[in-house]
Amino acid sequence: MLNPRQVEPNMYRYDEFDSKFVHERVTQFAGQVERRLTGELTEDQFKPLRLMNGLYLQLHAYMLRVAVPYGTLSSKQLRRLAHIARTYDKNFGHFTTRQNIQYNWIKLVDVPAILRELAEVEMHAIQTSGNCIRNVTADQFAGAAADEIEDPRPLAEIIRQWSSLHPEFLFLPRKFKIAVGGSPNDRAALLYHDMAVEIVRNKEGRTGYKVLVGGGMGRTPYIAQVIGEFVEKDDILAFMEAVMRVYNEQGRRDNIYKARIKILTNALGIEEMRRQVNIEFAEIKKVGTLQLPQAELDRITAYFAVPAFETGLSDAMPDAGPDFANWVRTNITAHKAPGYAIATITLKTPGQVPGDATSEQMDIIADLMDEFSVGEVRVTHEQNLVLPHVRNKDLPAIFAKLKELDFASPNAGLITDIIACPGLDYCDLANARSIPIAQKIALKFEDLDRQHKIGELKIKISGCINACGHHHAGHIGILGVDKKGVEFYQLLLGGSGAEDASIGDIMGPGFTEHEIAGAVERVVEVYLAQRNDGERFLDTYRRIGMEKFKAAAYETVAA
Amino acid sequence: MAQTIQMLTANRLKTGDVLYRHVSGWVLMLADGEVYLDAAAADAALAAAQAETVQNDFVAPYLFEVRESAGRIVPVKEREIIRAAGPTVHPHTGKQAGQYNA
Ligand code: HEM
Ligand code: SF4
Repeated sequence: MLNPRQVEPNMYRYDEFDSKFVHERVTQFAGQVERRLTGELTEDQFKPLRLMNGLYLQLHAYMLRVAVPYGTLSSKQLRRLAHIARTYDKNFGHFTTRQNIQYNWIKLVDVPAILRELAEVEMHAIQTSGNCIRNVTADQFAGAAADEIEDPRPLAEIIRQWSSLHPEFLFLPRKFKIAVGGSPNDRAALLYHDMAVEIVRNKEGRTGYKVLVGGGMGRTPYIAQVIGEFVEKDDILAFMEAVMRVYNEQGRRDNIYKARIKILTNALGIEEMRRQVNIEFAEIKKVGTLQLPQAELDRITAYFAVPAFETGLSDAMPDAGPDFANWVRTNITAHKAPGYAIATITLKTPGQVPGDATSEQMDIIADLMDEFSVGEVRVTHEQNLVLPHVRNKDLPAIFAKLKELDFASPNAGLITDIIACPGLDYCDLANARSIPIAQKIALKFEDLDRQHKIGELKIKISGCINACGHHHAGHIGILGVDKKGVEFYQLLLGGSGAEDASIGDIMGPGFTEHEIAGAVERVVEVYLAQRNDGERFLDTYRRIGMEKFKAAAYETVAA
Repeated sequence: MAQTIQMLTANRLKTGDVLYRHVSGWVLMLADGEVYLDAAAADAALAAAQAETVQNDFVAPYLFEVRESAGRIVPVKEREIIRAAGPTVHPHTGKQAGQYNA
């Protein structure tokens, strides 16, 4: 057994104001729950209040969504999440595509106590629901990746502070999702967000922000477009506020399906949108109160200081057998410090529920964090966890421990590393189940040689058109639909949520629960037969189009 | 054509537990709930429940369709089958495992 000595990682710490605010919100919500139980508040009055605190009523019970700001957790926080699962839920939690964690079996009467326990470790469930600026997401390899220009988390934190309490943003036409990335390789699905900021370097070598707007999933998917090619650092809040003003003034409030900024952006056209944003931007700059002083940026950045990496370490990977070598091949990413690595823990061993972890698994991962990764873990939008700063020489010990947890599958980015939303097993809005489909497909492709032969292939499954499982962005996307109370599954091909973002094309009529995994397998066979050297599934699809895939997918279904 | 037969469901306010109407109260298991053989009986039960929501014991009552299968009453839609039993992917949780928040 590892010896857990709790390590405090470098991450944002609540100041007095944050702490007071979060604790006051707990007290306020405790009062609201009390008033609901006595009937002083009706359900119609209470519902928006509970949603503001991340509490939904789902199929079997209440569901609590806890924010993990930009996906960063300390070991202390992960242990607390494990404790909450053990004490108030059924001993497990579900990590989501928005880098949050959801508990599925919560009692209303327990929620004040849970929120109090969260507040003690600087966590909460605010901004995880409702028509506000939601919990900001970021690249899960922030501060660690070799390909990174700058750590995106300081900006993510600044955006969080700017947006949390902003009176103008509490009642937007619709929810608003912001993501931040710091590397040319987009791991945060930036182009599928209402607004996204990418840290870029200009010709003079100066860093600044590229701002994108109008991306989104749901029933009308759009890829975000560039609204600010290079925004100076001190202008970023003024610029983002200008975007929000244009949206807030013109976003359609009359129709929830048209209320997102993606609809406005595409109705106005990006040129007109840019013109209007620039007018607002000039106005805001004139007032000057939103300029971001370098000192403030430095102050926040200091919280995320690079850990004191050991120097003189060898870059060589230890030799610890073929299983380990396979895991290194897929689950290890290059780190910026010599002799260090980023380790992805896929919560996707074939047969597992994607994104679920038990309290015991969380506790042991917290031990691994303390022992090997400066007390830190990241939650990814692909529903995995990441140890961001580990020494190469410690990887075999980490791998051995993960094996005991059944979290050592060498499948990051492969066909069994599937994103799946909760679907009809839990979700009140669902048309069809997602998780069992993910499990079936993963088991079908369990053979590791076959997975490696297929290479990078991202399958993403949603149980309804809301697209929480990012099906539009899957190389292979699967969308659950309801036909007279029976589950059907549509296939989409050719989507991507990365820097080469695209929206998947719908193949045609849906497949039954029993047909869908077979259809996916036939699609993959077409790829293997048709691919050129070095082509991923996505590349082959983009080259040859739908036809051959479609013919194969429906082959035996028709027979 | 067979008559549409229905049941009435809601969630317990305090716990979120799924409930089924039985006479003028609620039970936890679908098998113990009351089946309304015609629309008039179902609508009357719903109206009664809606009037009772002011008691703040349960929320969101609604009717759903059931049918008889091998001598048992089962919901027509997958959604209600899952709601009555628990998640299909965690058979050790939910009513199928004898668990409820109660
Ligand atoms: C189980 C309860 C959930 C409910 C009731 C719910 C509800 C919704 C709704 C209504 C939308 C569509 C919003 C729109 O297009 O305006 C949506 C989108 C989305 N949700 Fe969920 N969701 C749930 C769970 C999740 C989970 C578990 C995740 C992460 C795995 C998630 C992540 C997202 C994402 C990424 C989108 C699409 C991005 C976008 O807004 O364009 N949701 N959700
Ligand atoms: S995509 Fe639909 S089914 Fe899946 S979690 Fe979102 S709302 Fe629920």
